Amino acid sequence: MIPAEYYLVLAALMFFIGVFGFFTRRNLLAVLISTELILNAIDINFAVFNAYYYPEHLEGFFFTMFAIGIAAAETAVAIAIILNVYRNMGTIRLKNLKKLKF
Amino acid sequence: MEFTISILALPLISFLILALAGMKLPHKVAGGIGTASLAIVAILSYVTAIQYFGAGRGADGLFPTITPYNVTWLPLGETLHIDMGIMLDPISVMMLIVISTVSLMVHIYSFGYMKGEKGFQRYYAFLSLFTFSMLGLVVATNIFQMYVFWELVGVSSYLLIGFYYTKKEAIAASKKAFIVTRFADLFFLVGILFYGYYAGTFSFTPDVRLLASAGIVIPVALGLMFIGGAGKSAMFPLHIWLPDAMEGPTPVSALIHAATMVVAGVYLVARMFPIFIEYAPEVLHTIAYIGAFTALYAAVVACAQTDIKRVLAFSTISQIAFMMVALGVCTSADPHEGGLGYMASMFHLFTHAMFKGLLFLGAGAIIHAVHSNERSFMGGLRKYMPVTHITFLIACLAIAGIPPFSGFFSKDEILTACYSYSPIMGVFMSGVAALTAFYMFRLYYMIFWGKSYYETELKKYQKGEIAEKPHAPHEAPWTMTTPLILLALVSCIAGFIPFGKFISSNGHAYEIHLNAAVAISSITLAVAGILTAAFIYRKDSNRVILSVKVQSKKFIIAAYHRFYMDELWLFVTKRIIFKGISRPIAWFDKHIIDGFMDLLATASQAFSYSIRRFQSGNIQSYCIWFLHGVIILALILIFLV
Repeated sequence: MIPAEYYLVLAALMFFIGVFGFFTRRNLLAVLISTELILNAIDINFAVFNAYYYPEHLEGFFFTMFAIGIAAAETAVAIAIILNVYRNMGTIRLKNLKKLKF
Repeated sequence: MEFTISILALPLISFLILALAGMKLPHKVAGGIGTASLAIVAILSYVTAIQYFGAGRGADGLFPTITPYNVTWLPLGETLHIDMGIMLDPISVMMLIVISTVSLMVHIYSFGYMKGEKGFQRYYAFLSLFTFSMLGLVVATNIFQMYVFWELVGVSSYLLIGFYYTKKEAIAASKKAFIVTRFADLFFLVGILFYGYYAGTFSFTPDVRLLASAGIVIPVALGLMFIGGAGKSAMFPLHIWLPDAMEGPTPVSALIHAATMVVAGVYLVARMFPIFIEYAPEVLHTIAYIGAFTALYAAVVACAQTDIKRVLAFSTISQIAFMMVALGVCTSADPHEGGLGYMASMFHLFTHAMFKGLLFLGAGAIIHAVHSNERSFMGGLRKYMPVTHITFLIACLAIAGIPPFSGFFSKDEILTACYSYSPIMGVFMSGVAALTAFYMFRLYYMIFWGKSYYETELKKYQKGEIAEKPHAPHEAPWTMTTPLILLALVSCIAGFIPFGKFISSNGHAYEIHLNAAVAISSITLAVAGILTAAFIYRKDSNRVILSVKVQSKKFIIAAYHRFYMDELWLFVTKRIIFKGISRPIAWFDKHIIDGFMDLLATASQAFSYSIRRFQSGNIQSYCIWFLHGVIILALILIFLV
């Protein structure tokens, strides 16, 4: 059986790759994809902890399913926002979206 | 007597109608509303007086005090409450007659005087407001209601003095009147609060035991109230506003600044008279000395003025001072033993309101005819304005104290009261009375006799020296002459009213009898004053000789400048109060109090500026800060908790 730590390391890597992408990418769509990476890393954590440490419970799996559903809905909303930003501003490059400031 | 409420309600309703809808009404309708309501008020006042005095005295020989209405307006404690109501007693009924009569005359007169003026409706609205407040003042059931209406009277006076609001002098005069009287009213209010606290009531009939135990506080409270009264009644040195108040329309001067509002101070002292005489006789005598000085001062200044309304204003100050003196020289409440002054004062108030109203209305007619207040534009007017001439002459004779005109009787009672107080006071006031006769007839001869300004100008025009044809003086229209004639009739007969039968210091009937010595001496002095004035001012030649001599005299010039009282006040306010007290306080406020607040604001603003760069608008940098925070929190949770 694959040790739990392998999964956790993978999840941690995915999480920080997501965080890095979130902070550094210039394109709103790429930022959105990065958040998906973060979410999926968390989902892996849920599943792994459930399967390895509390095999008699199912809450972790349910939570994972729930998070995937929510993520799908959230992505749809985010895409809609991005489309509207593009319509209004003519760009989705984060460098140019700096209107909300002092 | 329940109908008396409409005496107050009608002017108020008329004010509301005229103030809210007046500007949409034509002039005649607006004036008609005001005059009609005042006519009804006057009739109701007469009915009240007839019913009240007709009902006769009670078993104790006094006229009963009737309170048809009394509502507790503000309950402050067990016994202390502020009421609003109507109280009828001899002096308030007398005042109702005075106010409604003069006010009605002024309303009718103003039809002619204010004809075609811009703001005619506003003028009538303010007149109604004034009449309402003045009537409310005299029928007040307690000192606080009196104070409320007292201030309302002040406001309407302010509004009416400043009626020509585009004229700079009028604005300054209205502000001056308001500020000076307000300043005096501050003392009045403090006096009322003292009185309310120690007497336990605001009513005019407090608990005798409380008053007796209050000691020195009651004289102090009454003295403070008198300062308020001195402000309204233009006693020295608070008289400075009254001459300037002549900037208002002349009928307003007749109503407010001669007949009604300015006697409010006298009325106040008369109202509090039982308490004055019982607990503060020394304050009362101080009032007499202040009044005597004011009477002399104003009479001297009146001799040197050239603006006819100013002469009348100073004459008003002097006559009101006579009333104050009469109240002040009372030594007991019994009219037979030193309490005569009370009756004399009220009598003079009554007759003075009529003949001074008449003088002002006559002056208004003259100003209307020659379009100026200055005596140099007048002279020889008796041919052009016969009705005004005769009525003005009657008023002058009345104020000078020539029998059988009303002023003689009331002034004689005042002088008798003065002589019984002390011979010095009597002689002093007789002297002032002689001066009164002199300056009134100086005014009379300068207006109606001597060389006519119009004729001089007309000759110049005929010779071709001036291009414009001068404008002939003309008699006033009937709306203006009718009130003059009516008031002149009242001035002729008012002296024969058996005044002591209605009003006296202890309420019991008093038979007026003339003191022969006083009467003869005062008539002699008055005639002497008139003859002197006639000698100097009747013919221009005499006047010229004297005026050359007089021009150089410093005393006359000082009197013309009212002995520099205004300048003294300006010095006190500007140099001492503004510079010495207000400036440092303003500095403290600006630099210490405001400075502290400004420091708080500047500090937080500077801090905000230093951190505003965080709000870059760059979402990703926000997220990095967020991440840092999360990491720090996580570290704290792991290692410290």
